Amino acid sequence: MGGLLRREWQVLARNRAQVINPLAFLFLAVMLFAVGGPLEDNTRAQYGGAVLWLIVLLTNMLSLDALFRRDYDNGVLEQVVCGADVPFLVILLRIGMQWLSTGALVTLLAPFLCLLLGLPGHVTATAMLALALGSPAISLLGAVGAALTVGFSRGGILLGLLVLPLLLPVLIFGTSAINQEVAGITNNAQLYWLGFISMVALTIGPFATTAGLRISLQMQ
Amino acid sequence: MLTLVELACKRDERTLFAPLSETVTPGECVALAGSNGSGKTTLLRTLAGIHSQFEGSFQCEPFLYQGHRIALDELLNPLENLHWFGALDGRTVSDDALRDALARVDMLPYALTPCGRMSQGQQRRITMARWLLSARKLWFLDEPLTALDRQGQVVLNDIIASHIDAGGAVFCATHASLDVAAREITLAPLTEAP
Amino acid sequence: MSFTSSIKTLWHKLGSPRWFYQMSGPWVIGFGIAALVLLGVGAVWALGFAPPDYQQGNSFRIMYVHVPAAMVAQSIYMSMGVAGLVLFVWRMKLADVAIAACLPLGMVLTALALFSGGVWGKPTWGTWWEWDGRTVSTLVLLFLFIGIYALREAIEDAGLKARASALVAMIGTINIPIIKYSVEWWHTLHQPASFTLTEKPAMPPEMYLPLLVMVLGMYAFAGHNIISRMRNQILVRESRTHWVREAMATGG
Repeated sequence: MGGLLRREWQVLARNRAQVINPLAFLFLAVMLFAVGGPLEDNTRAQYGGAVLWLIVLLTNMLSLDALFRRDYDNGVLEQVVCGADVPFLVILLRIGMQWLSTGALVTLLAPFLCLLLGLPGHVTATAMLALALGSPAISLLGAVGAALTVGFSRGGILLGLLVLPLLLPVLIFGTSAINQEVAGITNNAQLYWLGFISMVALTIGPFATTAGLRISLQMQ
Repeated sequence: MLTLVELACKRDERTLFAPLSETVTPGECVALAGSNGSGKTTLLRTLAGIHSQFEGSFQCEPFLYQGHRIALDELLNPLENLHWFGALDGRTVSDDALRDALARVDMLPYALTPCGRMSQGQQRRITMARWLLSARKLWFLDEPLTALDRQGQVVLNDIIASHIDAGGAVFCATHASLDVAAREITLAPLTEAP
Repeated sequence: MSFTSSIKTLWHKLGSPRWFYQMSGPWVIGFGIAALVLLGVGAVWALGFAPPDYQQGNSFRIMYVHVPAAMVAQSIYMSMGVAGLVLFVWRMKLADVAIAACLPLGMVLTALALFSGGVWGKPTWGTWWEWDGRTVSTLVLLFLFIGIYALREAIEDAGLKARASALVAMIGTINIPIIKYSVEWWHTLHQPASFTLTEKPAMPPEMYLPLLVMVLGMYAFAGHNIISRMRNQILVRESRTHWVREAMATGG
């Protein structure tokens, strides 16, 4: 376990583009939204939450497309499936790393993003909590799509098509949690739902991802 | 170590070769022959549990599989890659064992060079170090001679010979012949059923 | 023969495309007749005899197309999920034939539900498109269908195509309740005022009985359509086998 984790960390540390590029895209998207319209002074608080979640979803789609691609091409993935004691564990670690480099990072940066999006200050804590609870679902369900599309040289659009409809509840509850906080209404239910969706995703995601990778490996 | 019973691999609903029944015992080297597209790679991938469309059955003990793909991460150096393969097996590999294995394939000077900067043949040699470190007795090798220079081929033959002497078994697909005495199996094309 | 072993034999038989083909001929005819009768009776009843709605006048009659289409489309997706489970657990080839047969009809019915919803919305809400909870749920369903369809198009190998689409259908089916619930939640937050059309508490029997007949008729039509598609698929996939050639020669 320790050895497996160390490698994931080494790869992440040496492949900084994988962390930095999505992050740069994230801030670029914030700027585009701000310039493109819906963040006028009087509507900022109203749309800020939705824009935040949309950007997180899109950034994740870009990052997920690369999740298994290198290992699929160089043969590491087939070794995981045929050689590992528990392939499931290696794959879960990999998904965890993807979450660290997107979901967790965005959660930590949320105060900054809230500021840029013009959300009122008292929303920050809620936004962080909502992101922390909801973003694992994006990584876990997204990984299933990544596993199924890794065999196609241009899998990106198909990945989004497969995964984004399943992530609609995350968008709805995540946005709603922030909006309720802005309006000063209690939002416990939304947060519970986000946690619940992530739990469901944790239950089915890694198994489905492993199954999806087994399918994709046979396309080689 | 390995038993195939009427095994026939399929791809896209099409059977690739006539059903094969074989037994591989310890100390044996089996070379799989057959023209391009006869299904050698698919057979090895089936035995390794990667390809799942087949008829018949097979049984094998824990194995090591080396496919066309080298399975080394380009960003990591040989030491890191080999440590990881140990972890994948659930074992910790000692640094001494690692150095010995790399020395055996003449790659010790490259121990800290990222694999992405090496040539195909050098990467192939690193994979041979992986076999040496593995505890698995049954090896599935797909075209092991690919990209190796003359001297690398000598090392390969040497490694296979000593693995067999130690009671291991090798089941490999190859066009060129190995120097090791090997029993040859040919994959026969499927004769159309009446 | 014990009970469990006879169940097992039945299960194996069910999995055999040949057995299915030979058994299902009468089913196609049965479902076809049922669909004709039910849809015919239902349509005449719904259009000619059901009373006009006190608020919407005659435009509410679009409901008799809209609701059955939406309901059957959802059921079709759910059945694809079940077929996916069967394929994954028992590797039953017939399950993939079923998924392949369900896909086109499911997409067409979902599109029909969206279209008829628009036609209904124009006189009722004054707009062709309203981001109503039900609209969004149906649209998501359409995307789920399109996702599986696109994945099937992208994969060449028939066996992998089957497993990949089975996996996606299963995950979609698990997620549908959460998606529906979340969309309803979203809807109530945004438009608490808009009244729901089909769940009016006091729909009189003269109005909902024809709807029931239309729904049953639509299910019968789906059964007819899916089973005949499956039979065609089986003939194509098994075209090299002995029994198909024989069946073709005798015209059966």
